[in-house]
Amino acid sequence: MSIISATFAWFTDPAHWQGNDGIPTRIFEHLELSALAVTIGLAIALPAGLWLGHTGRGAFVAVNVANLGRALPSLALLALALPLAFALHLGLGFWPTLFALVPLTIPPILTNTYVAMREVDREVVEAARGMGLRERAIVRAVELPIALPLILSGIRTAAVNVIATATLGALVAGGGLGRYIVDGLALREFERLFAGALLVASLAIAVEIGMGLVDRRAVSPGIRRTA
Amino acid sequence: MTEGEPLVRWDWIASHGDAILERLLQHLELTAIAVGVGFAVAFLLSLLVLRAPRTYGPVTWVTGTLYTIPSLALFALLIPYTGLTLLTAEIGLVSYTLLILIRNIVGGIRGVPADVREAAVGMGYTERQMLWWVELPLALAVIIAGVRVATITTIGLVTVTALIGQGGFGYFILDGLLRFFSTELLLGAALSVGLAISADAVLVLIQRRFTPWMRAA
Repeated sequence: MSIISATFAWFTDPAHWQGNDGIPTRIFEHLELSALAVTIGLAIALPAGLWLGHTGRGAFVAVNVANLGRALPSLALLALALPLAFALHLGLGFWPTLFALVPLTIPPILTNTYVAMREVDREVVEAARGMGLRERAIVRAVELPIALPLILSGIRTAAVNVIATATLGALVAGGGLGRYIVDGLALREFERLFAGALLVASLAIAVEIGMGLVDRRAVSPGIRRTA
Repeated sequence: MTEGEPLVRWDWIASHGDAILERLLQHLELTAIAVGVGFAVAFLLSLLVLRAPRTYGPVTWVTGTLYTIPSLALFALLIPYTGLTLLTAEIGLVSYTLLILIRNIVGGIRGVPADVREAAVGMGYTERQMLWWVELPLALAVIIAGVRVATITTIGLVTVTALIGQGGFGYFILDGLLRFFSTELLLGAALSVGLAISADAVLVLIQRRFTPWMRAA
């Protein structure tokens, strides 16, 4: 049987659609972990990026965080997270993977937010200040809407990276779609491996496209036209 | 990670010098082939895009989709066809360099000022001469910036190829993970990051050497 028809048979087997190792459960685990990682990353990197960008301080920090983020391979992050999770007695699976994913989200969000805020026309900010807006209001009502497209594209990069890397969580006994790939490799069940790969790739592309649609809705039409 | 075991056993590292050297060479080989082949493919596609600007959309769409596919998934998709081989690893690694390199090559050449181009035409340069003697040298800084990002990214991704029997320093990470041996795991992670930083530094030096006019600015 060819790999394509074997994979098709795998997908149409109802046993693979239910229970703890079923496709819906694995997709849910994958999305749950990824969403949590991106949310934590946002909570850290967005305020930092907005503040650094608004004040114009910390170009050095923003650039170096971005470079460090690229140099740290995801597998190495997972390797570093495992002893940490053990030291905190959090065990295998979910927590070490989360520890590995959060640092991955920070560079794209922080750097994009910083750059986007710096690129806001200084005259617009001066005008807002002249109109009596407080600094906080300038960030929220003036700079943020203008900077939004680039910030959202940073969040999108972070989300797609996280979806991709969450796959590796299966190596440390985590759940998610990586389970199919890692188990398929270990058991030499290529249809399971192939199915897992298709699911992860589709999920990553779906998230990329889905967030692209969100971007379009969230960005003010006036800005979209000039961008 | 077993109780009573130190986080790093230096004696283990000291006694595995040969294995480290072997994995270093493998890591360098995997990276060099990926960036080299990736650059050649990206260069040809960039020339196509520059000749026929309409192809830029489709080219970035295809390479962008490749870039979005998670590395482990891409390797897994190739295994039934190309097995646990160097070829499987390289197909994946090369695909990830394309988007980064094409963006920078096309962006760098398009960024050459129009009056410089006109001056070259006025001096009688043919299109080919203009590409090699005017556009490429002026775009070199941007192109090398792309090569830097592609190299660092590839060095990180090489570690993932440990899962398909390749991996360079990734072998230590994976083996350490599977055996719960923190020394090996941390060694692999540290060496991989160290290699990425060193490779980046070397590329910065190369860029300075070949674009001396950038130094004054």
